[in-house]
Amino acid sequence: MKQGFLQRHQVLERSPTLLFVFSLLTVSVGGIVEIAPLFYIENTIEEVEGVRPYSPLELTGRDVYIREGCYVCHSQMIRPLRDEVERYGHYSLAAESKYDHPHQWGSKRTGPDLARVGGRYSDAWHVDHFMDPQSVVPESVMPRYAFLADAVIDGERIEDLLRTHRFVGVPYTDEMIAQASADFRVQADPDGDWDGLVERYPGAVVSNFDGQPELTEMDALIAYLQMLGTLVDFSTFTPDPTR
Amino acid sequence: MADKKDIDEVTGTDTTGHEWDGIKELNNPLPRWWLWTFYGTVAWGLAYTIAYPAWPLINSATQGVLGHSTRAEVAQEIAEVNARNAEVSERLAAADLSTLSPDDPAHRFGVAGGASVFLANCSQCHGQGAAGVQAAGYPNLLDDAWLWGGTLEDIEFTVRHGIRNDTDPDARWSEMPAFGDILSDEEIAQTVEHVLAISGQEHDAAMAQQGMVWFEEQCSACHGLNGEGDRSLGAPTLNDAIWLYGGDRETLIETVTYSRFGVMPAWGERLEEFEIKAVTLYLHQLGGGE
Repeated sequence: MKQGFLQRHQVLERSPTLLFVFSLLTVSVGGIVEIAPLFYIENTIEEVEGVRPYSPLELTGRDVYIREGCYVCHSQMIRPLRDEVERYGHYSLAAESKYDHPHQWGSKRTGPDLARVGGRYSDAWHVDHFMDPQSVVPESVMPRYAFLADAVIDGERIEDLLRTHRFVGVPYTDEMIAQASADFRVQADPDGDWDGLVERYPGAVVSNFDGQPELTEMDALIAYLQMLGTLVDFSTFTPDPTR
Repeated sequence: MADKKDIDEVTGTDTTGHEWDGIKELNNPLPRWWLWTFYGTVAWGLAYTIAYPAWPLINSATQGVLGHSTRAEVAQEIAEVNARNAEVSERLAAADLSTLSPDDPAHRFGVAGGASVFLANCSQCHGQGAAGVQAAGYPNLLDDAWLWGGTLEDIEFTVRHGIRNDTDPDARWSEMPAFGDILSDEEIAQTVEHVLAISGQEHDAAMAQQGMVWFEEQCSACHGLNGEGDRSLGAPTLNDAIWLYGGDRETLIETVTYSRFGVMPAWGERLEEFEIKAVTLYLHQLGGGE
């Protein structure tokens, strides 16, 4: 028996192609066991009421967040540890970043975690802070992002951006894509007709975020920050402790 | 593999029987202690996956026989700490701050705990030492000048409901008009000279004289005839040297022309009841409490 098995094993050892193919199969077992269940096991991502896709302006702000490398210094993941929960709020749920492509959990905190920064500060504070972080937080080492207030955006490719996210699984409806351009502009215009926007994206904050008449990257980024971690109502939702 | 042992002549070591182009592979088995350690780690790994949540099944994953859960653990840890402080924090949450004695343990707990609440939640705008940010719209909380009142009751209300936010219907609210739409540039300049005059700064007396008319007409309803302010409207006192956004001529013209609209979030939903009272006590004893 032993002799026979080893004889057959020689077939693999003497053919580089076969050896490569079978090595790959062996190694992939680990991946299949660890990764594949995440796609079908129901309790991987619990159903949480309130989580919705990003509004067009928030999504644009999120792109600015990624472009500027905010994730290099800020995480968006409150771990289930007492000190983090006491400081930042309820620990993050998987569902809260399920429409993130890619997610912004991060692991480096030069600055504070931002998973629940939404609503903590006024829009004006964010503007002051981006213009000159040390003006409000003297001990901060964050660089200035004043140029964002000069970067006017027109949402020219906003429908494409939403379509791209739909392609990777975010449930943007045809209506959301059709209204993307209007929603993009009206979110920074409290005098506009934003009923449709708030209906499509419940909990979206409508405000002239940067205080300027033009729509800028500053508006988009603050719109994104002001909704972070605000979608789930923890006064009515208690996470299942076994997950 | 050869049945009988094939000893290598040079080293005297057994060979595995593998041979490539006349070169044979020596058979030097791993030390026994290493092997058993290795088997031990495999056994440990298996036991671990049984004890803790691990194996994916059809609809869920095994929960582990020890019943460990990170979420349950953090909930328990928080509950333990809360239980340790339960007596004093419940006493503080239920207390009437205006009658709470400074010698009361709940008062001392509030001042100490309020400092932590302040650092984690308030210091980003009001500064670590609560001195605010000068001339940037973030009020100093150390002095006697209060926009909305400095009694314990006033401070608690402000912390709980915030100022000019859209999230709390009870938020303190007032809105200064942008006088750029109401007065001409010259009228605004004259009004500002009057404000400079009542706040004891260098000013153009002739312009201030005219500005007084505009002030009485447009500003005095909220800021008072002499610029003494009105706390029920959050209208700042203008006849002193304390300024929220700056008291120089240029800044005043900007303020009058475009107005200001300082927002403070409501903390009633974010903080625990005892935390709101704690930070109120902390702020009240910083120096300006009334």
